[in-house]
Amino acid sequence: MKKTAGKIGVVRFPGSNCDQDVYQFVAEKNYTPEYLWHLDHFDLKDYLALLLPGGFSYGDYLRSGALSARSPVMNSVREFANRGGPILGICNGFQVLAESGLLPGALVKNARLRFIDDWVNLKVENANPFWAKNWTGDKMYLPIAHGDGRYYAPADDLKKIEDGDQIWLRYVENPNGSLLNIAGVMNQKKNVAGLMPHPERAIFDWMGSVDGWSFL
Amino acid sequence: MKNYFGVKIMPREVILDTQGRAIEQTLRLNKIPVDACRVGKFIELEIEGSETDAFARATEIAKSVLHNPLIETFEVSKLLVSR
Repeated sequence: MKKTAGKIGVVRFPGSNCDQDVYQFVAEKNYTPEYLWHLDHFDLKDYLALLLPGGFSYGDYLRSGALSARSPVMNSVREFANRGGPILGICNGFQVLAESGLLPGALVKNARLRFIDDWVNLKVENANPFWAKNWTGDKMYLPIAHGDGRYYAPADDLKKIEDGDQIWLRYVENPNGSLLNIAGVMNQKKNVAGLMPHPERAIFDWMGSVDGWSFL
Repeated sequence: MKNYFGVKIMPREVILDTQGRAIEQTLRLNKIPVDACRVGKFIELEIEGSETDAFARATEIAKSVLHNPLIETFEVSKLLVSR
């Protein structure tokens, strides 16, 4: 077997649909991807990082990400987070991390009622020490595809997030009504991060942008 | 003993209730306007055991799973008949 830079876990929930794209992205970056099934517990000691892919886990029942956030695998994910392991949630994965309390705030229905499938420009507000850490460009160009992408947090929490430099990415033009134009946030320690745009869908020229390539 | 509880979940006032707003617009178009419309959820729980224990469990479930305190409020009420 080809020697790689290490193992990265891709957490799979019923209804995840970007899991294979994320898996492929990890492999293209010369890491070893491994699926982690939602019903199982894992010993994640020798994993370099975890990815929670996008999709419609549990069909968005109850609230987007709510049921997945309470699945057994999340105990392992939480343990990994507490040990300082890097975790990235993309789209539905972001919603799961927010629902599980690993990231602050919540993702609610888009302001203009519609599901949005589009491309957006993003600004890196505060760099993340793990994800897209070597990004040096001005604006990042990535696709979005979500119905519940409007970032919301109560005013006090929002101030804490801003003061703690936890705002990771902001939309240049706000597509969904997100407060403070937030497209991505981090926890206080910055090892857990989430974003609504899809970096794994922008890693080759033929995809329309290569700005996602820098994320891993 | 079987206990039935209803959990009413409503979006907080500060949250833009997109579904409620869509209904308001449709009612206005149909000339039966209302001043405001908000959409929440109603969840029925069936729990075996003493009423006190069952109510405590229903409340715990509503608090920790069924609602998200950042964006929603909840109320648990006892239902006499399930449906």
